[in-house]
Amino acid sequence: MSEIITLAHGSGGKLTHQLIQGIFQKHFRNDWLLEGGDSAVLETLPGQMAFTTDSYVIHPLFFRGGNIGKLAVCGTVNDLAVCGAIPKYISCGWIIEEGFPLGELEEIAESMAATAQEAGVFIVTGDTKIVPRGCADKLFLNTSGVGFIPKGLRLAPALIRPGDQVIVTGTIGDHGTAILIEREQLQVETGLASDCAPLNGMLERVTASMGGAVRLMRDPTRGGVATTLNEFTEGQDFGIRLEEHALPVKGAVSGLCGMLGMDPLYIANEGKAVLIVDGAQAERAMELLRSHPNGQDATVIGEVVADHPGKVYMRTLAGGHRIIDMLVGDQLPRIC
Amino acid sequence: MISELELFRNETLAEGLVKAIRRYDGRPVSIMEVCGTHTMAISRYGIRELLPPNVRLISGPGCPVCVTPSFYLKSALELCRRENTIVATFGDMMRIPYKGVSLLTEKALGRDIRMVYSPLDSLDIARQHPDKTVIFLSVGFETTVPVTAIAVLEAAQQGLDNFMILSANKTIPAAMHLLSSDPEVAVDGFLYPGHVSAVIGSGLYEELAKAYGIPGAVTGFDPADILGSILYVLEQIQDNKATVANLYSMVVQPGGNPIARGKIDEVFEPSDAVWRGLGQIPGSGLRLREKYRSFDAWSLINGSVEERDEEARGCRCGDILKGKCLPSDCKLFGKACTPETPVGSCMVSSEGTCAAYYRYQ
Repeated sequence: MSEIITLAHGSGGKLTHQLIQGIFQKHFRNDWLLEGGDSAVLETLPGQMAFTTDSYVIHPLFFRGGNIGKLAVCGTVNDLAVCGAIPKYISCGWIIEEGFPLGELEEIAESMAATAQEAGVFIVTGDTKIVPRGCADKLFLNTSGVGFIPKGLRLAPALIRPGDQVIVTGTIGDHGTAILIEREQLQVETGLASDCAPLNGMLERVTASMGGAVRLMRDPTRGGVATTLNEFTEGQDFGIRLEEHALPVKGAVSGLCGMLGMDPLYIANEGKAVLIVDGAQAERAMELLRSHPNGQDATVIGEVVADHPGKVYMRTLAGGHRIIDMLVGDQLPRIC
Repeated sequence: MISELELFRNETLAEGLVKAIRRYDGRPVSIMEVCGTHTMAISRYGIRELLPPNVRLISGPGCPVCVTPSFYLKSALELCRRENTIVATFGDMMRIPYKGVSLLTEKALGRDIRMVYSPLDSLDIARQHPDKTVIFLSVGFETTVPVTAIAVLEAAQQGLDNFMILSANKTIPAAMHLLSSDPEVAVDGFLYPGHVSAVIGSGLYEELAKAYGIPGAVTGFDPADILGSILYVLEQIQDNKATVANLYSMVVQPGGNPIARGKIDEVFEPSDAVWRGLGQIPGSGLRLREKYRSFDAWSLINGSVEERDEEARGCRCGDILKGKCLPSDCKLFGKACTPETPVGSCMVSSEGTCAAYYRYQ
């Protein structure tokens, strides 16, 4: 095999087969994939089926705490997990720019396989397209996933009521800030890494033992916790009040955000979930979350309230209040 | 996690300061926060609602993007459309509209526009692209100008002839004199910006306090810092005094930072400057000295853009920047002018008064 991807790898001929067998089948080994059919033929899942898809176009492809492959598996697993689903199968579509180093491709596939194993999911089908140089930025990934929702579990905004507690499963803004540092090559040494992680094991622990006490879950990726909470309250007859002093933010994240005029509440996370939980059982949910390695910093950050319907607002450190609105476009670093 | 120290600094202290401020029972007063970062922090921490009704905070002209006149953006757009040109800019400038167009929309159309975090980043871009002209949109007050000056000095030293700056840099003192002497503005006290003061020093404010009888405080950006400075100004007003406190003395010296000021003086000379909403203020701008004029991107504009500030009809940014009215007094605010469809830069910039009011209130 040559050292870089060429258009011939996408021709459907010998090199394509070498690529599939040499990298994808080698790392993603499972019965469904190895059958090599045009579709993976899967067993019927128990309960309701959840189905999701997402595309990954991150720059840089490799970052502290992960790479695009790990991100793609975690992203799809988490999209299923926050719906209460137990993720089972994943597909993976690769769009690769001609000239991409094969070594890096293998490294990405390897970490996808490791993450899939950690999450207990199988990559059962896929597709590869090679595009001429300049037609894509190195590598784009698309992953879809299916899972099933255990019988009796229901999560919906309609279940939320005043007094419910808002929990975030760990420190916020780590992923977005780590990526910003690497993408912009900021000359700061923070030791920050992306929090990219599969959340299904941790969330199952809560939903399996607390069932109906969990009203809604979401992973606050692009747009961060603020956007997720606005999605929860939009058009609803309840609001959410956050407590600024309770927000778990790493010193390095708040420091860098302060310097650049950004707000950690709007920064992306890839290994965190926001849960709305019955107020009476929030403590139990916290215990369960904190007993999992990915939830050790779980914190109650606010409460569902009857006033301010449809709005998210925050009691600030100064004792005042402010509205936490949805963001328009990306946050842009300020001048001074 | 927020450290215990931060909790002490912010919550406990803030609570005590708010109580003390609420005891103010003097005449109604208007205190101006000069700096956009203060405006944002005040809104962010919900400080206005904590003040008694006889204490009003008004926002000043200290957001560099907000006071940049429309002809500057028109010029920047013209430059980014030139062949073999890379425009480097701080993020704030990307979304500022000029007749429905912004640098962000030009970037989407394929112009080479790069967002940078420091003027020195644009110097790196110039080194990496010797076949292209790299133009840094140099907008800002004394806080950012020293680094721009260093970038120009480095470019000169290294003989980089493909690096230029389009300066709309401004200095605070002349604008402060204008505001202090304007009877329509009627400011009773000032909150002075911590970071600009780190460069220019707190001495200037003493002059202003003496000349116009307006007290003030140099302050940082935490809630307790801001509340402390408001309390200081109120105590001064109540005692009929007009002195200036430096509540940011860890960073701000009376004489400022002579090295940073030296770099500014070496590269720039004072010039008249048009401030959006305030008009032309003599001696409040900075242009490249003769020795460094080859780095001046205004030479590429060559008079093709008229130096005139055109405001959209109904936009009251000018009055808002002078503290004469609040964003909510503008008919466009929250209706025709929102962060999604900004009419003026005060609604776009992360430090803009209108953006602060819209986002947080």
